[in-house]
Amino acid sequence: MARFSILNLARNAISEHRNWTEHWRTPELKSDYDIVLVGAGGHGLATAWHLARVYGLTNIAVLEAGWLGGGNIARNTVTIRSNYMRDESIPFYVKSVEFFDRLTKDLNFNTMHSKRGMVDVLQTWGMVRDRRRRRLTMDLHGARYRPLSVQDLRRMVPKLTGGGPDARMPILGAEFHPDAAVNRHDAVAWGYARAIDAMGVEIHQNTPVTSITRGADGAVTGVETPRGFVRANKVALAVSGHTTTLSETAGLRLPLRTINLSAFVSEPLQPCIDVVVNCPDLGIYLSQSDKGELVIGGATDLGQSFRRDVKQHVFEDTVAAMLDLFPAFRRVKLLRQWGGHLDIAHDASPIISTTDVPGLFVSAGWWGGYKAIPAGGLCLAHLLATGTPHPLATPFGLRRFRHLEYVLEAGTTTAR
Amino acid sequence: MAPERLAEGGRIDRRRVLRFRFDGREMTGHPGDTLASALLANGVRIVTRSFKYHRPRGIMGSGAEEPAALVALAGSAAQGNVVPTMLPLTEGLDVRSIHGWPSVRFDLGAVAGLFSRLIPAGFYYKTFMWPDWHLFEPTIRKAAGLAPAPEAAPEGRYETRNAHCDLLVVGAGPAGLMAALTAARANARVMLVDEGIEAGGNLLARKVEIDGGPAMDWVARAVAELAQRPNVTHLQQATAWGWREHGLVMVQQRAPGHPGLIERGWRVRAGHVICATGAIERMIVFPGNDRPGVMLASAMQAYVNRWGVRPGQRAVIFTNNDSAHEVARDLRAAGVELAAVIDSREGVEAADLPLRAGYQVQRSFGHAGLRGVEIAPVGGGPAARINCDLLAVSGGWTPAVHLHSQSRGSLRWDDAIAAFRPDPVAQSSASVGAADGRFGMTQALQSGAEAVAAYLGLAVPDTPRATEQPYNIAPLWSVPGKGKAFVDLMNDVTLDDIALADREGYGAVEHAKRYTTSGMALDQGKTGNVNVIGILAGLQGKTPDQVGVTTFRAPYTPVSFGSIAGGKAGPGVLPFRHTPLTGWHMAKGAVMYEAGARWRRPGYYPRAGESFQQTVDREARAVREGVAIYDGAPLGVYAIEGPDALRLIEHACTARYGTLTPGMGRYGLMLTEDGLIFDDGVTFRLSEDRFLMSCSTGNADAVGLHLEKILQIDRPDWRVHVTNLTHQWMNATICGPLARDVLGRLTDMDLSTAAFPFMGLREGLVAGLPARVARVSFTGELSYEINVLPRDLQSLWTALLQAGAPEQITPIGSEANHVLRVEKGFLSLGHEADGTVDPYDLGMGWAMARKKGDFIGLRSVLLRRRSGQPRRELVGLIPEDPGADMPEGAPITPGGKRMASEGLVTACVHSASLGRRVGLALLVDGRTRIDKVVQVRLPDRCIAARVVAPVFHDPEGLRMRG
Amino acid sequence: MLLLHCPFCGPRSEIEFSYGGPAALPRPDDPAQISDADWVDWLTVPENRIGPVPERWCHSKGCGAWLTVRRDIRTHEILEVRHGA
Repeated sequence: MARFSILNLARNAISEHRNWTEHWRTPELKSDYDIVLVGAGGHGLATAWHLARVYGLTNIAVLEAGWLGGGNIARNTVTIRSNYMRDESIPFYVKSVEFFDRLTKDLNFNTMHSKRGMVDVLQTWGMVRDRRRRRLTMDLHGARYRPLSVQDLRRMVPKLTGGGPDARMPILGAEFHPDAAVNRHDAVAWGYARAIDAMGVEIHQNTPVTSITRGADGAVTGVETPRGFVRANKVALAVSGHTTTLSETAGLRLPLRTINLSAFVSEPLQPCIDVVVNCPDLGIYLSQSDKGELVIGGATDLGQSFRRDVKQHVFEDTVAAMLDLFPAFRRVKLLRQWGGHLDIAHDASPIISTTDVPGLFVSAGWWGGYKAIPAGGLCLAHLLATGTPHPLATPFGLRRFRHLEYVLEAGTTTAR
Repeated sequence: MAPERLAEGGRIDRRRVLRFRFDGREMTGHPGDTLASALLANGVRIVTRSFKYHRPRGIMGSGAEEPAALVALAGSAAQGNVVPTMLPLTEGLDVRSIHGWPSVRFDLGAVAGLFSRLIPAGFYYKTFMWPDWHLFEPTIRKAAGLAPAPEAAPEGRYETRNAHCDLLVVGAGPAGLMAALTAARANARVMLVDEGIEAGGNLLARKVEIDGGPAMDWVARAVAELAQRPNVTHLQQATAWGWREHGLVMVQQRAPGHPGLIERGWRVRAGHVICATGAIERMIVFPGNDRPGVMLASAMQAYVNRWGVRPGQRAVIFTNNDSAHEVARDLRAAGVELAAVIDSREGVEAADLPLRAGYQVQRSFGHAGLRGVEIAPVGGGPAARINCDLLAVSGGWTPAVHLHSQSRGSLRWDDAIAAFRPDPVAQSSASVGAADGRFGMTQALQSGAEAVAAYLGLAVPDTPRATEQPYNIAPLWSVPGKGKAFVDLMNDVTLDDIALADREGYGAVEHAKRYTTSGMALDQGKTGNVNVIGILAGLQGKTPDQVGVTTFRAPYTPVSFGSIAGGKAGPGVLPFRHTPLTGWHMAKGAVMYEAGARWRRPGYYPRAGESFQQTVDREARAVREGVAIYDGAPLGVYAIEGPDALRLIEHACTARYGTLTPGMGRYGLMLTEDGLIFDDGVTFRLSEDRFLMSCSTGNADAVGLHLEKILQIDRPDWRVHVTNLTHQWMNATICGPLARDVLGRLTDMDLSTAAFPFMGLREGLVAGLPARVARVSFTGELSYEINVLPRDLQSLWTALLQAGAPEQITPIGSEANHVLRVEKGFLSLGHEADGTVDPYDLGMGWAMARKKGDFIGLRSVLLRRRSGQPRRELVGLIPEDPGADMPEGAPITPGGKRMASEGLVTACVHSASLGRRVGLALLVDGRTRIDKVVQVRLPDRCIAARVVAPVFHDPEGLRMRG
Repeated sequence: MLLLHCPFCGPRSEIEFSYGGPAALPRPDDPAQISDADWVDWLTVPENRIGPVPERWCHSKGCGAWLTVRRDIRTHEILEVRHGA
């Protein structure tokens, strides 16, 4: 693997960049692997990286239906944070933030990791209470959160001129989460892909898994693809919205439903927002990319969806909420919008787990799963390599549903 | 007149002069001009500097496709990143170039161009890693971002309008107008929307004939006819920018023509959509194809024909298809010297043109503007230089399939036109004319009529004949050579970048787009994306359809956030709900809180000189020692009536209600089917099959939906009516040991405990007003909740205040209520019931009437509790330091260590009656730990607190029952 | 913004409706009689295939009817709307 550095870049400039080679191979598909990872998205690639790097396993195929990094890792809003509420969740995300902080060096690929912090704008007393509870619990696990006055908030985000006493939701306070960061999502996918390829893991794009096969004993024997059957005793699904599509080919039903979440960016503007701004009461968040685009996300659509589209009223509400706080952005223009589908578990917490099908593993239920990529990869790799859950992922097994012992991060149950 | 303005011709009004400024220079134009045509008429060649290399750039297009030029507007209409080809010129525009410092003509940033070899596509992924990205990020950020963010909100408003129509026709070119006419004549409800200043599409820029006369005469007749018909809505400067599900098309109307209205967003729900969106001309990628003076051929044609502007003196045409031949003739007719027509196709003939068939432009010369081009035979051969200041390029035409694609219609590659064209539709729609790849004029007119006829089931009407121009093309995507050849001008992506991406494994079209950022700028690659596909196909030995297209994402062109939000602006969105007493509270100086579901209620009523705690103590003491009153109007109330009313309530709530006698009520909990607490409240029995159920303010609507869902989905055979009375009965509640005395002065009801016991409900007159009085208590004191009609609430309130004056009846807010309920250990949704607990956790097993059989949530509660996992249980906490404030939400950890918590503080108040702070907590196995000391862990210290039963006041409940 | 055909009010925009979640099979008459596993399955596992799935919507800002809708969650095509289960 050619090392990336400014010197190497300069050397290649002399040869007009004609000597750079592929960042990953396009190998022949073998008929047999130790492990098949389904999905070359963030979680699949990160799992492969940990399997190779930490557990020394490289006879692995990562099978991708389309192009690598083309799922939710290409569609999210790149907010990395650990301001969760529960003891079960916080350590996991703290670990993930740590991984992200050093990912550029781990991968020798600039992920443009920008640890700029996130500010939560609080507009109801219930939310003030919620965030105080988070702050005090996060402190137990080394995640940082700091209350801000409204004046401090406005100093930190001068463009935030709305939310005054006469607004529909006056701002009551704020909390600042200095651990939060944004980075370049494509670079994370490509950096992992390049690194695992160099360690011998194979990535096969345009190789959709059509079914999971089981032997007479019920255990997984491999996967069917249009390029032929691939034998493996361990198959792990990291396919977001399509988890149930695949698990049901092995006769496995899971407490997941697939929903659509959309996001959008504005035209590029000169730097005007230096932190991630999250408004949980209004249900929007935004940050400004290094290219100058405002990257904005909102609520999920109601109802299940495999559509990757935009529901107009959800979108309008998100824009209206943003303009409530940033009235000067009314003349700013929408440049691009898109949707992505994700699966959400019955209790809205993730699943990293073995299943009732021996040899079949799942990493699913990632709702805001971008920030979980490195830790999710570690935990799934640990489970695949050792057969036992990683301590950080113990709460996220499927077992919890047997006795309805939910991890209720959102503090409420899902709609029913 | 502006220097490059022709003496005559074009669709501008030369009699009127509009003044504007560009970078401080005074200029003039005319009504009918766009900013772009006016700039060109004034001889402006450079309007911007490019994003990455700071190369000078001019206007290259004439419409939404503009691939290079962006400006900023200052003054009252301030906005950034404005496309000058889409902006009608208006008086007083103050236009600024962007990206040039100190000016676009002399840009110091252009030194970046000197290092350009160091910064190919994706260079930043390979460097800036040591010591850390944060060292470089501020500089990189500063370089990005084009225009500055606006400083203030614009004056004026936006609005949204809903529209429904049988047919929505997008595009008012020949095919769209013909479609709209056909539909209008068939009396269908028609909407015609077009992004241009006036209707006509490409006819505005061309000299063709329809029906034996000038095409624009036909357009004028068509527009006039549509205007007469009441079943037609015709909008110009209105872009259909997004197509959602179920025929919903979003339209941004930029000139709604109403004072104070900036823009109007339309949600159009159409039975059928006709995409008559035309086609977009492509650039050919060759070294120096970005030099000011290089333009799309169609744009140059538009400037001479439509706007009477001569964009230069001596032109070369470079084309791979027939359409630019027409442009050559129009330029010559406008007095532009025609140096050569370079056509990459072998064997093409045009006797009237200086044609060089089988040649291509190898590169362009010039510094800030075009001075000449080098041409050579396509297969190789001696090169020659031609001097010129204009180069009109046509790489062929791409149907504008964006809307079709957004609707989920698929595309197929057509070799005959070397472009992707619409394939089967996914929603009720049809593409017509050039948008369907039918470039002949007569054919376009026909296809517009045919599509409408097919949808409406009509015979196809006769359509006019038009001048025909042949369209033949032999693809030529790029001309390799020395120097930068741009596939995306706004993002400065070159041919070499695409090749590098392919070499490094990013050859999949979506990877190439992301790795190079080609097609991701403000123009979204309208002129260049197909070139990228063609170039990748060439590199990979594939056909363009094997390479495939990237997703067409909304919006078609950038849309202001203001018009998207429309009327959803300001405090009128989701307004507060007020009780009839809000005015009184505010006049008394109450601090108002949101109490849930947007209801505003008093938090506390401070008196002059009082601290917050003094106020709350005073209000709480009034309840414990005297008499107080509070506004309970927002409380949720449902009437549940019918033979199966009892079954519904016992199914939905945990308690037993069959044993209730009429006139009595019982507290119960409502669970989700997951066995977690969802709501709580008291339900009264009015008669055998009539009940009143109260629920929390915040959940009032959700409870109604929940009950109806049970009835309509699960138990349709049950005969029950559920009626929301939240807004029909509103209460004022008086509470405190003296409450009975005060109320007795206003009513004839027998208030004795024997006649009107705790949890009783009585109907009668209070202060002469019809009332339902409930003896419930959320404070632990004697309490009467007096429900009256909303219009009577003020009268009741006033009467109670007067009657209680001798006892100094005290209005109290939610802060005092909170203290009082904590003292009693009453649960509060959002505090103790945080969505994770069941009734047993809260010590409310008594409310679980398991003998009555199944009810919602029971199965799950029992299943979960069988797992044997320890549960967090409600306890009281007494801090060892009586003044210590245990913050709500603070964790309790084993031994106060920084580790996973074993519980949390759910509430902590200063109890005036106990003279100390007390709290409630959820604690693992809490009920077995009474009298033990636990540690509340704060970041900087621990607070030791003793675990006690969760009731601090009147544990037997004698006061509220007495 | 879906267009849902309320059987009582006609075609109406999604903003008039409240979403009621995936439509489960009918609630067991006596949940105590079924196994833990079956109860958990009924409670937590929705139908989630790429294609038509049943879901519940209430025309809450209209007539108040609770509807069962079969919607193809890949295309948004509405195959059926009926009152009640």
